Amino acid sequence: MEFFRIKKDIPFMRHALTFNIISLITFVLAVFFLATRGLHLSVEFTGGTLVEVAYAEAPQLEPIRKALATSGYPDAQVQNFGSARDVLIRLPNRDDLDTTKVSERTMATLQSVGGAPELRRVEFVGPQVGKELASDGAMALLLVIFGIVVYLAMRFEWRFAVSAIIANLHDVVIILGFFAFFQWEFSLPVLAAVLAVLGYSVNESVVVFDRVRETFKKKRGMTTPEVLDHAITSTISRTVITHGSTQMMVLAMLLFGGETLHYFAMALTIGILFGIYSSVLVASPLVMWLGVSREQFMKPKKEKEEAVV
Amino acid sequence: MNRYPLWKNILIGLVLFLGLIYTLPNFYGEVPAVQVSSGKATLKLDASLNGTIEQTLRDAGIEYTGLFIDANSIRVRVPSTDAQLRAKDAIEKRLNPDPRDPSYVVALNLLSASPNWLTAINALPMYLGLDLRGGVHFLLQVDMPGAITKRLDATAADLRTLMRDKNVRHAGITREGNNVLLRFRDAAQRDAARKAISASTADLQLTDREDAADDLKLVATLSQNAQKNIRDFAIKQNITTLHNRINELGVAEPVIQQQGLDRIVVQLPGVQDVAKAKDILGRTATLEVRLVDETPGALEGALAGSVPLGTELYNERGGSPILVRNQVVLTGDRLTDAQPGFDGQTNEPAVHLTLDAAGSRIFRDVTRENVGKRMAILLIEKGKGEVVTAPVIRTEIGGGRVQISGRMTTQEANDVALLLRAGSLAAPMDIIEERTVGPSLGAENIEKGFHSTLWGFVAIAIFMSVYYALFGLVSVIALAANLLLLVALLSLLQATLTLPGIAAMALTLGMAIDANVLINERIREELRNGVSPQAAIHAGYERAFDTILDSNVTTLIAGIALLVFGSGPVRGFAVVHCLGILTSMFSAILISRMLVNFIYGRRRKLESLSIGQIWKPGN
Repeated sequence: MEFFRIKKDIPFMRHALTFNIISLITFVLAVFFLATRGLHLSVEFTGGTLVEVAYAEAPQLEPIRKALATSGYPDAQVQNFGSARDVLIRLPNRDDLDTTKVSERTMATLQSVGGAPELRRVEFVGPQVGKELASDGAMALLLVIFGIVVYLAMRFEWRFAVSAIIANLHDVVIILGFFAFFQWEFSLPVLAAVLAVLGYSVNESVVVFDRVRETFKKKRGMTTPEVLDHAITSTISRTVITHGSTQMMVLAMLLFGGETLHYFAMALTIGILFGIYSSVLVASPLVMWLGVSREQFMKPKKEKEEAVV
Repeated sequence: MNRYPLWKNILIGLVLFLGLIYTLPNFYGEVPAVQVSSGKATLKLDASLNGTIEQTLRDAGIEYTGLFIDANSIRVRVPSTDAQLRAKDAIEKRLNPDPRDPSYVVALNLLSASPNWLTAINALPMYLGLDLRGGVHFLLQVDMPGAITKRLDATAADLRTLMRDKNVRHAGITREGNNVLLRFRDAAQRDAARKAISASTADLQLTDREDAADDLKLVATLSQNAQKNIRDFAIKQNITTLHNRINELGVAEPVIQQQGLDRIVVQLPGVQDVAKAKDILGRTATLEVRLVDETPGALEGALAGSVPLGTELYNERGGSPILVRNQVVLTGDRLTDAQPGFDGQTNEPAVHLTLDAAGSRIFRDVTRENVGKRMAILLIEKGKGEVVTAPVIRTEIGGGRVQISGRMTTQEANDVALLLRAGSLAAPMDIIEERTVGPSLGAENIEKGFHSTLWGFVAIAIFMSVYYALFGLVSVIALAANLLLLVALLSLLQATLTLPGIAAMALTLGMAIDANVLINERIREELRNGVSPQAAIHAGYERAFDTILDSNVTTLIAGIALLVFGSGPVRGFAVVHCLGILTSMFSAILISRMLVNFIYGRRRKLESLSIGQIWKPGN
């Protein structure tokens, strides 16, 4: 079986501007939604208490809300989680509450409503921890960006490093944009997924750039856009198959992983789809516009050849 | 020819064999067990205990399938949960004849059902995190400013004693914020004080302050070094105290660790009674000895609403109000032991305290100077003080043996002794993070994670085998080897596996196939360019290597960043992700190459490769 039967190099670079405009529009939309709607941050970041309970039979949510309101939590959010039998209760931190007692009092209230709830999970995060997690997340992102730029600049050239990181950072913003638009819950595992996808989709650029370098060295007489077209065309089957395989795994998580892994897998899915697009069709034109040329790869090689001759 | 040298094949074989051995324990599951560990710091487990437990089980007619001893515990493997409960009761009864003062912690636990020879070579199943096995996780913040304040209060008291001993006349010593202020009327006394303080301690930094001609001050602050020591001590002391308290809970494998400068992580696997756990963690009891203010009229004034400066109003246990001076004579830090007992004369329940050398000296001096006056013994629990007793000092008390008695029941005497003995917290703590996972959710998480990985793997396996034929199958075997090695490595390192960790495992497998796709595509491309099959294999692996390395390094950078800055769920993800990248490099390149070499390497006249259809342009 073979999916890709490409006779000639596909002239991707002819449409470079179009690709970048599409991606710019998506990016601007993502930023717009992030700015207007904001992320729906999980308890881990905002601080607060989250109680998940399971019932033998699907309970009515309204009596639970009322009972919680009368026992001093009028701001409790009560919703179903996964199935109608699972209920998730979110309580924000308030200064006037004894935070360490919230989970017990909530459980006591639920038990008084009836239906024999079974405690599944409690998460309580104090306000200072939330802030730290957010700043740690930002630090991790910075470290990834810095590490990747330095590595690519060492292995290739600064132009490659800069293009790859711009292309992939805009993926990150787009994933966040999706989370803002749909108001999906942004939790720590989602953050991990976003960073993992950043490292992963940079691969894509790396594979193409590897080809670009090789083509520059091997084939003379091709213009820079031709070299880029050739590199992308000859790696495209690998790109699609690899991402397809990874997506199969992510799809399995989406289908079988349950509620906890749902948004994790969702972030990965968006990341993988946009990762293909941006790290190939956005990074390559950027490299071109930054002025990559054969000479940048030939210098050290020439000296060696002369020495041998 | 594509052949690996013999040593390389043997090495890869050996790695795979070890991987298999260390993965094996994960398949055996777990059986119930009873775990016995020491409940007291002074009590060590020894071989005789081993015999006692065996004898106890034989006497009770309980079957057991194994008995394991390690440095901190003895574990007995039993065939059923019913036997587990009976065994626990029997052992508990035998080892702790007095349930109010248990010497040993007897807890229910689960042990790997893997055969003994595997356990002997340290092949253990993966260590499951709380989200997979159920339990409670707390993050506690130690109140360091509180610890410093407490120390400064004690310092002020020490300085008063010092000034008196050296005959330096001062006009008052008080703590203000993070300083201790010493007031003097003239410069000569201040110089004398400075000299005396410098000679006695290096922990204080002294500066002069003059607010008026006759109001000379010496400001004492704790040096950086001293503050650091206090912080270090506070966190160590709190961890020790938590250990003692958690022993009371009877948790099989508690984790109590320092995190960062001022935080403590407590993980109690299998614990469902969160309320009790919190109660025990949050309980702070400190003992303070202070003098009673017996100035005529002062108590009446305080009851009327004007509490005199430097005193506090308390209620004596079950009795009348009492005015106590703020100045602390002695704190629980000076306590070396506390035992419940009875008063020798009245036969009332009492608590017998033993003080350390410094404490004994202070106590002797204070009692000598205050004969005929009353002394209050306060128990401060959860920030609230209570005067346990306020006896009249009849004579000087030396030797450091003190008895607290008065209006206590036997049970109360026991509780007070236990609280004091279990050690006070050096500084108060707050719970700033809590995660509780019920056991059913834990089991469900394992199942979900397992299914995701399984079906993802099956999908990839089918696709690869169809698309790349024999080479696809080789890739799938390499991927399976990757999973095997990853599980083995996680088991060997006993890294904590969490649900995000399982997700990372699935994701890493999904990403690892990239290396094999790169290789297979490269081989196809070489074949398309008309290269001979053997040369195509060789070139495919060689050329793809650089790309594989580059792409794995960038993924690893992201993994390491998560490892460095991640905490909780992110860390669990990052550990598996990073290890997975390393094992995938090994299996995708070396193992798949070895297999291909075995299949094709020896054939001299190789016409074609089973790598799926090769389409050549122009054909």
